[in-house]
Amino acid sequence: MCETVGLTRRFGRRRAVDGVSVSIAAGECLALFGPNGAGKTTLLRLLAGLLRPSGGEVRLLGATLRSDSASARGQVGLISHQSMLYDVLTVRENVAFAARLHGMDDVEHSTQAALDRLGLTGRELAPVRSLSRGWQQRVSIARAIVHGPALILLDEPYTGLDVSGARALTKLLSSLRDDGAALALVTHSVEEGLSLATHAAIMLDGTIRQYDATAGLDAGMYAEMYRKLALESAA
Amino acid sequence: MKAPGTLAVAWMIARKDLAIEYRTRSAFFSSLVFSLLGVSIFYMVWDPTAVRPIDMAPGVLWTIFAFAGLLGLHRAFGLELQTRAMDGLLLAPVSREAIFLGKALANLVYVTSVLAITIPAVVLFYNLEFGSGLLILGAIGLLAAVGLVTVGTLFSSMTVHTRFAELLLPMLALPFFIPVVVPAAQASAKLLVGASLSSVMPWIQVLVAFDLMFGVACVLAFPFTIED
Repeated sequence: MCETVGLTRRFGRRRAVDGVSVSIAAGECLALFGPNGAGKTTLLRLLAGLLRPSGGEVRLLGATLRSDSASARGQVGLISHQSMLYDVLTVRENVAFAARLHGMDDVEHSTQAALDRLGLTGRELAPVRSLSRGWQQRVSIARAIVHGPALILLDEPYTGLDVSGARALTKLLSSLRDDGAALALVTHSVEEGLSLATHAAIMLDGTIRQYDATAGLDAGMYAEMYRKLALESAA
Repeated sequence: MKAPGTLAVAWMIARKDLAIEYRTRSAFFSSLVFSLLGVSIFYMVWDPTAVRPIDMAPGVLWTIFAFAGLLGLHRAFGLELQTRAMDGLLLAPVSREAIFLGKALANLVYVTSVLAITIPAVVLFYNLEFGSGLLILGAIGLLAAVGLVTVGTLFSSMTVHTRFAELLLPMLALPFFIPVVVPAAQASAKLLVGASLSSVMPWIQVLVAFDLMFGVACVLAFPFTIED
């Protein structure tokens, strides 16, 4: 589904992402852990085609993803801690706008389906700015999945959510993964990441230091290993 | 699922921007108030015994038009950055050129709306007689607005990520507005003295040439301004 080969991105002399090779198949979720500045967000933006690699490549559905390849970009959905919504517009207008941009055949139907899936029915006409952070995040997800993307990228989607909001988000992302989407999730929370992921990676200084399948992985031990690696890296 | 065409996307984006502006009315009203205040201030400092209204009015109109237009141009991309909505546009399977055209179209509607109120205000304050030339003045205004918006939209996208965007945008854009403001002011002055269309035509041709040249250049340059 999605694969990176020796992916590198430099900002000046600094290598924010340095020779990263990972792959995520359909129905899999890769959780990326790492301290601030490890290169996680840069990696996600490279996967989305929003950044041009300095070296290596991203392959999505067998084709090389380039920032100027419009059709490949259309296979990606991005959810971040920023809502990426127009707060003056209503919930429905935001989601329908995304559906139109992606050339959905039946904008009304696909918009309604996304709203229903996120439990936004009844709030369609509310301006986004009138919603709480948790509800805005739901709208943000509806916007990102309205076109049925093959790859969903999540950059710290749990930021600002309360416990029930985080639980609902995990449930929703699990259903998207089970429906065959490939997910890449950046989070600081090992527990939340592992509850969703099929694979986990620890990223430090732009490189993948640890890569594991999550089946049978103990969350407590993994968190401890992550803490040690992060401390070693900081030292 | 079929990716929409360039003009369809441009219209979608323009419609969305105009819906946001209609609900907030932030840029339009600030530009309009600036415009009307500018006309009033110029009127109050004007000495009618020293300068004739037909010598004063064209300069006032087009200078205010350039500055009032600038006020709203910054917000074209500013509203995309508040919540990183720009990423949503860039991820869609649409061309970068379509995004530029959509932004420019929305800006054009907003700038011409401000101009549509500023022109009558100047006509009233300076007691001008355009007669049938008012239609030609309208066409000149539209051509000038296209030039201003094309260049302004490009510079707005270039400067929006910078720390001093609101300062940098006028510094970069105003020099490029000179080839728009000068022909527009010259053509208006000629219209005020009752000159024929043929004598105004060279200035109109300058505006058309500017619009075509910078229109193409800005559309082609825009994708480079949004690359990270």
